[in-house]
Amino acid sequence: MEGEKLEKGLKVMEESSSFLEEVRSRSGERVELCYQCMKCTAGCPTAPYMDIKPNQLIRMIQMGRKGEVLGSGAIWFCVYCQTCGTRCPNEIHIGVLMDALREMALEEGVEVKERRIHLFHEAFIQSVRRGGRAHEVTMLMDYVLRSRDWMKDSLGSGLRLFFKGKFPLFPSRVKAREEIRRIFERCGQGE
Amino acid sequence: MEYGLSTEEVFRALGVELVEVEDWNCCGAAATHSLNRLLSLCLPARIMSKALLSGLTSMVVPCAGCFSNLKRAEYVLRNEERDRRVIEEIVGFRYDPSLEILALLDVVVNRVGLERVYERVRRPLKGLRVACYYGCALVRHPKVTRFDDPENPQSMDRLMRVLGAEPVEWSYKVDCCGADLAMTYGSMVRQMVGRIVLMAREAGAQAMVTSCGLCQMNLEMRQELGLPVFYFTELMGVAFDIGQRERWWGKHLISPRPLLESLGLG
Repeated sequence: MEGEKLEKGLKVMEESSSFLEEVRSRSGERVELCYQCMKCTAGCPTAPYMDIKPNQLIRMIQMGRKGEVLGSGAIWFCVYCQTCGTRCPNEIHIGVLMDALREMALEEGVEVKERRIHLFHEAFIQSVRRGGRAHEVTMLMDYVLRSRDWMKDSLGSGLRLFFKGKFPLFPSRVKAREEIRRIFERCGQGE
Repeated sequence: MEYGLSTEEVFRALGVELVEVEDWNCCGAAATHSLNRLLSLCLPARIMSKALLSGLTSMVVPCAGCFSNLKRAEYVLRNEERDRRVIEEIVGFRYDPSLEILALLDVVVNRVGLERVYERVRRPLKGLRVACYYGCALVRHPKVTRFDDPENPQSMDRLMRVLGAEPVEWSYKVDCCGADLAMTYGSMVRQMVGRIVLMAREAGAQAMVTSCGLCQMNLEMRQELGLPVFYFTELMGVAFDIGQRERWWGKHLISPRPLLESLGLG
């Protein structure tokens, strides 16, 4: 009985410490220092829309709850506004942490909770890969095809901006596109 | 577009030469650092390598988002030895820390200087009350951007005063506009922007002033109060009485013409 409990306890500690270690080394952020002052959540502009709040996410990382953290919607709503990192008394930069958690989630093949947000980032990156510069028109077409999200509430004003000439029809492209493609390959960002 | 046009005109009026970085590339914006840290450092590093080739040592960056990415890459290149070697190898350059990376607002206020700006003012923006909106990327994280105060910055406010306008005191100066979540979660950004614009109006502002393309677009596109949103260079253009400025107003979703005309600044 005692032995079983001890073993379970040790296993939980091992899991926590290994996920915590992974997150620490990946992000470079000293997550273990958090003492739940909650300034991060208080100042986070998208926290009201998050399933797990930033301070809770930190606690869950400390506790090794990998699946829930990487599968959360929270990590996709972070816009890297850096309000948290600027105010944290322990200088834990949650924006940087979220970047690392997103990368980890994709690497682990976890089902992305906020598909549209992920696909929008992908469409943008691919647009840059193609021309070295983002091209709004083709990028948005790519996003719509990937996500089946017709962006109904941006369509009207988007079209107005297009007809004002703010979104060029033809992309402006980098001359040294080979160089760009090579950088993408070396950074592990293929198609 | 109007940000670029007004920047060029205003700098020409101030007698400062701007040289475009040869074959520049996208800095990666938000998408890249969200999914691929290494790439998000290499893309700005390539821009730096191109800037270094020009022989000039001060790079000025109008877009706050680009500024943020470039400063972050600069921070890593200056402080993380191992990362620097990897980035240099991938991009194929040697980082030179003598390259300065400065926000456009910083250059106008601190390099060109407010005195020189004041000397060029022909039509003071009398009666114009503006809410200066700095957003996130210019002032956070302070140890990376090292520009102005992260909670109550004053650079743009000081510039507005020198132009003759009246910047209002308000508490949403550095609140996030929602950035590129506007594309996927328009309703959320509408709430965030709605609050910011409402607060600006409650503080007595007739218009808002920004230094970021995405902020300007979100603030214009997702609000319902009809409050015009300027780029700070556009207001400089009005104060300098630059003839070309008629071209800029047509690019706005909320036309600033009625407001400017009502103040005799049309």
